[in-house]
Amino acid sequence: MTKQDWPLYEIFIRSRSGLSHRHVGSLHAADAQMALDHARDLYTRRGEGVSIWAVASRDIVASDPAESAALFEPAEDKIYRHPTFYEVPEGVENL
Amino acid sequence: MYTQGLDQKPEAENQADQAEKLKQFQARIDADEKIEPKDWMPAAYRKTLIRQISQHAHSEIVGMLPEGNWITRAPTLRRKAILLAKVQDEAGHGLYLYSAAETLGVSRDELVDQLLSGKAKYSSIFNYPTLSWADIGAIGWLVDGAAIMNQIPLCRCSYGPYARAMVRVCKEESFHQRQGFEIMLTLCRGTEEQRYMAQDALNRWWWPSLMMFGPSDVDSKHSAQSMAWKIKRFSNDELRQKFIDVTVPQAEHLGLKMPDPDLKWNETRGHYDCGEIDWQEFHDVLKGNGPCNRERLEARNTAHDNGAWVREAAVAYANKHNSGREAA
Ligand SMILES: [Fe+2]
Ligand SMILES: [Fe+2]
Repeated sequence: MTKQDWPLYEIFIRSRSGLSHRHVGSLHAADAQMALDHARDLYTRRGEGVSIWAVASRDIVASDPAESAALFEPAEDKIYRHPTFYEVPEGVENL
Repeated sequence: MYTQGLDQKPEAENQADQAEKLKQFQARIDADEKIEPKDWMPAAYRKTLIRQISQHAHSEIVGMLPEGNWITRAPTLRRKAILLAKVQDEAGHGLYLYSAAETLGVSRDELVDQLLSGKAKYSSIFNYPTLSWADIGAIGWLVDGAAIMNQIPLCRCSYGPYARAMVRVCKEESFHQRQGFEIMLTLCRGTEEQRYMAQDALNRWWWPSLMMFGPSDVDSKHSAQSMAWKIKRFSNDELRQKFIDVTVPQAEHLGLKMPDPDLKWNETRGHYDCGEIDWQEFHDVLKGNGPCNRERLEARNTAHDNGAWVREAAVAYANKHNSGREAA
């Protein structure tokens, strides 16, 4: 591995307990430990986090924007999946 | 690609295809949708962004040097801790921006090489020397102030990763400007000599700060297309005017005099009028002939060379660790 091969890591930070980790950006590091160390210095200088995940970018499987329609359009016409689809008669409560 | 020798028809179709894609792309931009790394984008959009984001990143990195000059000589421990934190933030800004540029398909090493070889441009402002402690005040107040003016609209830039990086950057910049103003304020409330230092720093940094906004709109080559792509939201002159309008009253508060005899409030325009910028100086500095261009590049190259053994050691350690794991 030469300098050219320092892998890219995606960094996720949990800002406080009770919340999910959220993607904040990426960085290069020689190994996983260095990725965590650099993420601490780069993304939590003002107390932005209580936990860090570092994931090698090459390990992320992503959907293709060109296939967005095929993937996501089928959900669009299923409005009956939302509670607002249903009519609730006046006077009926706790529904 | 593989069948272009067979007949000419597919190419014609491709051109129509391309025009259609361009139209859809512009429609997305017009609808204020964000463009993300894997989305289709015109080659020129990609190229413009790589150029702009990498120049921005280089500026953050080189921008550490003039201030770094005063870290060991800060007048108090408090000022030293603040300046260290500020300079560390600038390193962070450089890294956020390099990462954003990389999402467009350019590698970090390519970008670093472009900076170190002198091929890449960075903001002209960082080629001026920091002669006194007051310069650290003037930089925070004026240079970071101008940067904020320029960067806030970039938070709404059409390219998602750039916009997100700019949101982080802008959150951090406000402290930079305030600590600089505080340095100026302390000097201006001090002795006659300290007030003189503050005035001298303002005299030297005012015009170069105005040049940070780039050439005037008449001479700005890339503006119209960048506006259409929503990479840019305001013209250079508009942003420069905003900066002048907010900064002049701050100088008055400090009791300092702007080094521009033509500066005066224009009631009908509702803006300050100011004197002509020395564009010759701007172009000279940009071309590499400013007071510190050579020094800055040398300092970057020396730091990079001196860090080589650390990078090599890190790689050697990672390799050893990985091969150990594979064997196990
Ligand atoms: Fe910055
Ligand atoms: Fe800054």
